[in-house]
Amino acid sequence: MTPARLLPEGRQVWRVGRTSLVISPRLVTITVVLLVVGAALGVAAMAIGTLRLSFAEVVAAVVDTSGNAQHDRVVRGLRLPRVITALSAGAALGISGAIFQSVSRNALGSPDVIGFTTGAATGAIVQIIVFQAEALQVSLGAVAGGLLTAIVVYMLSRRGGVTGGYRLILIGIGVSAVLGAVNGLLLVTGDLNQVYTASLWLSGSLDARTWTHALPVAVGVLVLVPLVLPLARRASLIEMGDDIAQQLGVRVERTRVLLMLAAVALAGLATGAAGPIAFVALAAPQLVVRLTGWRRMPVVSAAAMGGCLLILADTVTRLLPITAAVPIGRITGIVGGLYLIWMLTRAKQV
Amino acid sequence: MTSPPALEAARLTLAYESRQVAHDLDVSIPDGAVTVILGPNACGKSTLLRALARLLRPRTGQVLLHGQDVQRLAPKELARRLGLLPQSSVAPAGITVADLVGRGRFPHQRMLQQWSHEDEEAVARALAATGVAELADRTVEELSGGQRQRVWIALILAQETPVLLLDEPTTYLDISHQLEVLELCRRLNRDQGRTVVLVLHDLNQAARYADHLVVLHDGAVAATGAPETVLTEQLLHDVFRLKARVVTDPVFGTPLVIPIAARNTAAA
Ligand SMILES: Nc1ncnc2c1ncn2[C@@H]1O[C@H](COP(=O)(O)OP(=O)(O)O)[C@@H](O)[C@H]1O
Ligand SMILES: [Mg+2]
Repeated sequence: MTPARLLPEGRQVWRVGRTSLVISPRLVTITVVLLVVGAALGVAAMAIGTLRLSFAEVVAAVVDTSGNAQHDRVVRGLRLPRVITALSAGAALGISGAIFQSVSRNALGSPDVIGFTTGAATGAIVQIIVFQAEALQVSLGAVAGGLLTAIVVYMLSRRGGVTGGYRLILIGIGVSAVLGAVNGLLLVTGDLNQVYTASLWLSGSLDARTWTHALPVAVGVLVLVPLVLPLARRASLIEMGDDIAQQLGVRVERTRVLLMLAAVALAGLATGAAGPIAFVALAAPQLVVRLTGWRRMPVVSAAAMGGCLLILADTVTRLLPITAAVPIGRITGIVGGLYLIWMLTRAKQV
Repeated sequence: MTSPPALEAARLTLAYESRQVAHDLDVSIPDGAVTVILGPNACGKSTLLRALARLLRPRTGQVLLHGQDVQRLAPKELARRLGLLPQSSVAPAGITVADLVGRGRFPHQRMLQQWSHEDEEAVARALAATGVAELADRTVEELSGGQRQRVWIALILAQETPVLLLDEPTTYLDISHQLEVLELCRRLNRDQGRTVVLVLHDLNQAARYADHLVVLHDGAVAATGAPETVLTEQLLHDVFRLKARVVTDPVFGTPLVIPIAARNTAAA
């Protein structure tokens, strides 16, 4: 490794023959630490509960060497799906937020601010109240709702074949407000049982997650990360302006559409699995940028941070000395709201 | 001019959505020369540059770069042959000068060739040429307007293209930095044979530094050719609504425009 004189501080070039890769040791270190912390929090989350287990017992049950049928059932059947859902949904939200913040050139451009989460919620509520649907259909409804909202916002904010940054955010906020009202309206039309189910879903929850919840979002993250990763460099060039990026040889609008499709799919899958979760998509990319000093769109690091944040929020919520189950979506909503206010008061320009 | 033009635009119709900016526009940019595009505000100078660089697809007509239709070139291939500095770009928050200028190397890089020795050398040359080498580690945000402009020019220089289009590169610069940029453009042309196209507002700087002038008016070419033949009192009157005298610059021998009054100021 040779420190390159003209690369920003902390970045190094790794060369083998004609191959050269620019890496930031700090980014790599922090990403690895986050992955380890996420895994450790996952194991910890599987240890606590009515049946308390040791770390070793959890690990043994996960890798199927415990020989204890009860441990296996509790860990693999109940707690592991919940942990996988939390980690994957958090990761999906982290990447989704990173993409939207890059595309909109604004730290506020996260899927929960620009309406996709609300749209996903509309999809889910329609399934619950109008079609009295089951969990899987509710998840699909959420993905479809998010996608539909994304298409509407994209079409409205597109002008002359180009999607602008501020326009995207402002139109997203407008669409979000309308959908929020629609959600409220839907809630007063249903019968009491469905309304209860719907508002429970609307609070966002990781309770009673099964593999049906965990698998789609986990697979989504694993498939989409390798697709998004090569676009990160182009995304960072687009942040400088469409014209300069295009004259550098970036297919701007195509890159942007691909990135937004991936981001919407990830946000939809996360919402389908865990309900509307605020804050994670907004904060995870910002936190890694502050920690690592990496000025490009973060992907793996944002995913790791998102996973950590959500599993941490879930574990803390479960440990709260409150008898009623506190929905995680409400907790992240409160934390996220405070974070948003803090960010707005600090922003030089919004 | 004996060699074929670097850029040739034929019968261009340029439009944004419903607004038509130019119709049936023919422009030829000579190879290996400094061309300056002049014209009043909103006459379509930036639009023309964007069309030449394929940032705007013409409704009709075509743009040839050294005889090849630009629409047929792969994006990175085009970016290795032609660079455009747009009128305004955004420096991402917290980015350093070297990082920004290094991004000009994108068309030369690949997924597994992210920073070659040539990249390193090109960035060093670009920083030196624009006089911002000592700012390399500073963030772009903390620079003055003039320094920032030179950093953006450095990004385009790092791209190392034989053809350079610069949209108002001297705006925001004080007079000595304006001259530095113009001298730099001339050196790039004289020493390295690069084709340079500039949009300028200062008529006298245009007259002094241009080998070739293109004067746009309402999306059409009002005049084109050597500064001595193009910059006439009649043209200044018709295109710039300017009552002016044109004399010979006592130092450089190029046309020197002495503005007297805006035409029809009372009526307009
Ligand atoms: N993105 C755009 N959308 C719509 N109209 C535009 C856009 N950009 C420029 N125009 C219009 O096109 C005309 C030419 O603009 P431009 O090429 O920027 O002029 P110049 O660079 O000569 O000042 C102007 O009337 C301007 O308002
Ligand atoms: Mg202009």
